[in-house]
Amino acid sequence: MNVNVDELVDRMLAGDRRALARLMTLAEHDIATAKEISQRTFTNTGKAYVIGVTGAPGSGKSSLVNQMVKIIVDRGSTVGVVAVDPSSPFSGGALLGDRIRMKENFTSEAVFIRSMANRGQLGGVARATKDVISLLDAAGFEYIIIETVGVGQAEIDIHDVASTTLLLVAPGMGDDIQAAKAGIMEICDVYVVNKMDHDGADQLVEQIESSLDLATTIELDHDASHVFTTKQVVRKTGWHPRICKTNALTGEGVEELIDVIQQHKDYLEYEGKLREKLAARYRRDILEILQEQFKVHVETALDPAKNDAIPGLFEALDAREKTPYDIAEELAKFIARMLS
Amino acid sequence: MSEESQSNRIIRAVVAKPGLDGHDRGAKVLARALRDAGMEVIYTGLQQMPAQIVETVIQEDPDVLCLSILSGAHNALFPEIVRQLQEKNIDDVLVMAGGVIPDEDIQALQELGIEGFYGPGSDLADIIDYIRSHLKR
Repeated sequence: MNVNVDELVDRMLAGDRRALARLMTLAEHDIATAKEISQRTFTNTGKAYVIGVTGAPGSGKSSLVNQMVKIIVDRGSTVGVVAVDPSSPFSGGALLGDRIRMKENFTSEAVFIRSMANRGQLGGVARATKDVISLLDAAGFEYIIIETVGVGQAEIDIHDVASTTLLLVAPGMGDDIQAAKAGIMEICDVYVVNKMDHDGADQLVEQIESSLDLATTIELDHDASHVFTTKQVVRKTGWHPRICKTNALTGEGVEELIDVIQQHKDYLEYEGKLREKLAARYRRDILEILQEQFKVHVETALDPAKNDAIPGLFEALDAREKTPYDIAEELAKFIARMLS
Repeated sequence: MSEESQSNRIIRAVVAKPGLDGHDRGAKVLARALRDAGMEVIYTGLQQMPAQIVETVIQEDPDVLCLSILSGAHNALFPEIVRQLQEKNIDDVLVMAGGVIPDEDIQALQELGIEGFYGPGSDLADIIDYIRSHLKR
C-alpha cells in the first residue's frame, strides 16, 4: 500500500477498512499528515455519537464495552471502538490488551476496534485519539466508544470528547474514596457499577446515590470556555446522572445501560445540546494540536544544535546567575523569532 | 521503506495465538519484551481463528504479526492465515512464527512468506533485532 493520503481517503470513504486503519496509523505518526488527513475528511465528520467509558484498571471496561458493542450491533447500528492504554514512560512501548476482551466482535463488518497507546499524553486522551475518532466518524460508524483508563483528571478529558460519559466502578476497589473526590462525581452522565454479583455492589450504588444527592448543582472551577480560572461557576444540569448495575461477563444489565445512554442522547438532542458538545470537543482538539506543536518548538529551542545560546544559558543556570524562569523567557523569545 | 520516517516511528506488533493451543506463556513473555523494547503490542489472546487474526491485522495495521503455536497445528493453520492475508492484499506486514515448529516443516512455511522461526529458549533480543531489521515498510 502506498502512502498517498488522497487515495487512502477515497478508499476509506468507499468502505475499505484497511485504508481506514492505515490512515489511523499515519495520523498517529505525525501531526503534519494528521493535518492533511483532517483537511480531506473533516467535512464527513460530525455524525457519529461518541460514548466515553472510563474507570480504574480492573473495573471491567473492556468486558463491558464488548457487551455494549454486541447490543448496539443487534439493535442495527455500526460501532467503532477506540481502546486507549497507557504507554510505558520508560520504554515508550505499550501492551494494548483491551481487544482481548472483545473477541466475539472481531469479524463483524459492523464493528471496528482500534487499540492505541496514549504515548505519554496527560489526561489519557491523546491528540491522535481525536484523529482516530474523526476517521471512524468519516467512515460512517454511527456510534464510537472510546475506552480509556481514568484515574482522576482523565475524566475531564473524556468529557470533552464524548457526548455521554460512563464512569465504571466495581465493588472492593476503594471506590468509596474515589466517590468523594471532586471532579469525578459531577461530570459523568452514567455511573456503572460493574460486577454486580460481587459483595458490596448495592452499597456502592447507595454511596454514589448519596454523593449525587449532595451535588445537585455542578460547581466547576473553570468557566464555560474550559479555561481554568479561579472563579466558581455554578451550573445546573437538567440531566440527573443515572446509576446502572451490570455484570460485564454475563451481559446482565447491559441492555438497560444502552437504554439509559439512548435516553441521554435523546435528552441532548431535545435540548439542542449536541452542537454545544461538538463545539467543546473541537475546542479541546485545537488546544491539543497547539500544545503538541508548541512542544515541538520548545524542544527545538532547547536543542543546542538548533539554538546556540543553550550552552551559555545552562552555564548561567548552573552558576545560579539565571533562574529556570529566566531561561524560559529567553526561549519564548527564541520561539517567537523562529515562528515570525 | 523510507528512511526519514523510520527512525522515530513506533513499531506496532500483533502477537496472535491461532487454533486451540492453550500455551500462552511464551506469547505473553514476548509481548512484554516487545513493549519493553518500545513497541506497541496487541495481544489477541487464545483461540483465534484465522479470520479473527486477519481481521485484527486489518484493523490494527501492525508492522509485524507474530504467530505463536505449540500444539503442532501450524501446517494446518499457517497456510490458511497466509492465504487470507493475501486475499485481503496485505503484503507489507512481517509475518513471523514462534512456538514448537519442527525443522522439517520450516521450509514449506518459509515458502509461504513466513519468517524468523523462534521457538522456546530463543533470545528475546534476537527476536527484537530481527523485527527491527526486517520490517517491510
